[in-house]
Amino acid sequence: MAARRRTPAKADPAAEHERELLRTMLRIRRFEEACAELYSATKIRGFLHLYVGEEAVATGVMSVLEPDDAVVSTYREHGHALARGVPMDALMAEMFGRQTGCSRGRGGSMHLFHADTRFVGGNAIVGGGLPLAVGLGLADHLAGRPRVTACFFGEGAAAEGEFHESLNLAALWHLPVLFVCENNRYAMGTSLAHEHARTDIALRASSYGMAAWAVDGMDVRAVEESARQAVEAIRHGGGPHFLEVRTYRFRAHSMYDPDRYRPKAEVAEEKTHDPVTALAELMTSEGRLTDRQLATLEKEVAAEIAAAVEHAEQAPLEPVEDLTRFVHSDRTPAEVT
Amino acid sequence: MTATMVKTTYREALREAIREALQRDERVFLMGEDVGAYGGCFGVSLGLLEDFGPERIRDTPLSESAFVGAGIGAAIGGLRPIVEVMTVNFSLLALDQIMNTAASLQHMSGGQYAVPLVIRMTTGAGRQLAAQHSHSLEGWYAHIPGLRIVTPATLEDARGMLWTALEDPDPVLVFEHGSLYNLAGEIAADAGPVDLDHAAVRRPGDDLTLITYGGTLGRTLEAAEELAGAGVSAEVVDLRTLRPLDDATYLGSVTRTHRAVIVDEGWRSGSLSAELSARITEQAFYDLDAPVERVCTEEVPIPYAQHLEEEALPQVRDIVAAAHRTLGEQP
Ligand SMILES: Cc1ncc(C[n+]2csc(CCOP(=O)(O)OP(=O)(O)O)c2C)c(N)n1
Repeated sequence: MAARRRTPAKADPAAEHERELLRTMLRIRRFEEACAELYSATKIRGFLHLYVGEEAVATGVMSVLEPDDAVVSTYREHGHALARGVPMDALMAEMFGRQTGCSRGRGGSMHLFHADTRFVGGNAIVGGGLPLAVGLGLADHLAGRPRVTACFFGEGAAAEGEFHESLNLAALWHLPVLFVCENNRYAMGTSLAHEHARTDIALRASSYGMAAWAVDGMDVRAVEESARQAVEAIRHGGGPHFLEVRTYRFRAHSMYDPDRYRPKAEVAEEKTHDPVTALAELMTSEGRLTDRQLATLEKEVAAEIAAAVEHAEQAPLEPVEDLTRFVHSDRTPAEVT
Repeated sequence: MTATMVKTTYREALREAIREALQRDERVFLMGEDVGAYGGCFGVSLGLLEDFGPERIRDTPLSESAFVGAGIGAAIGGLRPIVEVMTVNFSLLALDQIMNTAASLQHMSGGQYAVPLVIRMTTGAGRQLAAQHSHSLEGWYAHIPGLRIVTPATLEDARGMLWTALEDPDPVLVFEHGSLYNLAGEIAADAGPVDLDHAAVRRPGDDLTLITYGGTLGRTLEAAEELAGAGVSAEVVDLRTLRPLDDATYLGSVTRTHRAVIVDEGWRSGSLSAELSARITEQAFYDLDAPVERVCTEEVPIPYAQHLEEEALPQVRDIVAAAHRTLGEQP
């Protein structure tokens, strides 16, 4: 049998790792598909911004972070949270506005927080997370801790003053921050060329005096490799780094968006570069993933999501008497370390 | 002669007001995030790009401070900009420009530079958008000398306030409550500019005065209706302009009814409702038969969960209960 199909070697750690990347991307994709349905069923409300098409970015970057690194995110953050390891139950419960949600129902889709994984949120003010990330980096820098803060934001945020101020400060003080610009080419309905006089965002970042480069955001392995290099450099005192990750959002900006501003053909063409199917197909063709493995993976992910929805449905609501809780700390200043 | 009435919505009325302004005065242009290709984040400017082109329906980058500041410069330079900021929460990124430049320039230049600028923005809660999209900060802006603050709560005001604001030689901030955009009804086909100097009595009554504005007008009118069912005649005053306040209208009402309930979606402490309450006690103290009551939003960043958000906001039952308290009754 000359053309015998290679059976995927279970012991191959590289293949094992790739399957984990695929699992993470699938968890994000299927989770968000479920969210879209739950939104239509009015179980989830408010603004819901989906990450479909951009999964490789969060997956690749989180893959190289350590547990005590920090993550600062945006309102399009389900993928960041899942890839970072925020439990799916706590995420779904938050979307349902329940007490067991990761922000106790107060944040919703746009404001996911999870201290255990140092997931410092869900900021819905465009550009609002960048100064915060600089401050987290400053704390680590002053404490001499070899930690990294990864800060995610869109290319639209690069037009805000915070972008300029934060990059300058991080570079000036040589802080351990990884800036991850998720360039999906649209800020709501405003295209890259309508937003920026200079559309090469990495070039702009480099002008602050930090290492900055662009990477294909539809290729999770490329994202991971770039993130690995950047994070290693930062951890070894290399100062802030900047990745412009070129990606595309397959869905509308939010569930409110009728998506009138970009050609349907463009969206269709971009969907042919789906990062999830791209990885699955590559692995299958190179013999590191069987159809059966993929089916099992899908089944496991579906079960996890079903359980999360079930959990959210059953979870209690925060009692209204606790409405004003957490406006100020429950703890006294002396108890806060 | 009865005016012909046409169906419209708050959103459409705003759009027609912008259209009229663009047609009447070539110095007028609209600028802001996603006002063009997207059609406005709440659909207000939908279609205007096609009709007026990208010079006058000008999409901006995400740069609130810069484009509001540019609006100030353009106003000084002889244009009549309408600047749209998506929501009041985001306007905080431009607060420096609004406060330190727009509101101050005329005075600190000794009267040389007036700023004829209109800034429109969405305000308010009720759509489960949580703490960074839901606040009612118009009361803060009403704190600032040099600004005029208007809060259209009806179709007529949505249609008519803009042109009058554009004619004002000084900066005017227009606050559109997010829950009003879909408000539908009829309006005179020839509806046009309205005055910005006076509050309006939206429902006459004798027993007490309910004072409100913007997004809470609807609930306050509902409360008045419910009170009528209980034999209480409540007058409803819509402030319309929060700065300068039209003292005569609401004080005149309170002087007649001897009781006042202020309904404000802003927080209570250091608020517009506090200012109103102070003015009533300063100027109508001896006419009062009961302490002034306030129905405000709980002092909490607006939470996402529906039941918590609802609990945080002024509800009809809260207004009714406050009204009964001024009458010394249990509802
Ligand atoms: C300061 C501020 N201005 C405006 C908005 C409204 N808004 C929310 S997301 C968005 C587009 C942001 O685009 P980008 O940064 O590229 O991120 P993406 O949504 O594409 O992930 C806008 C205009 C906001 N949330 N905050």
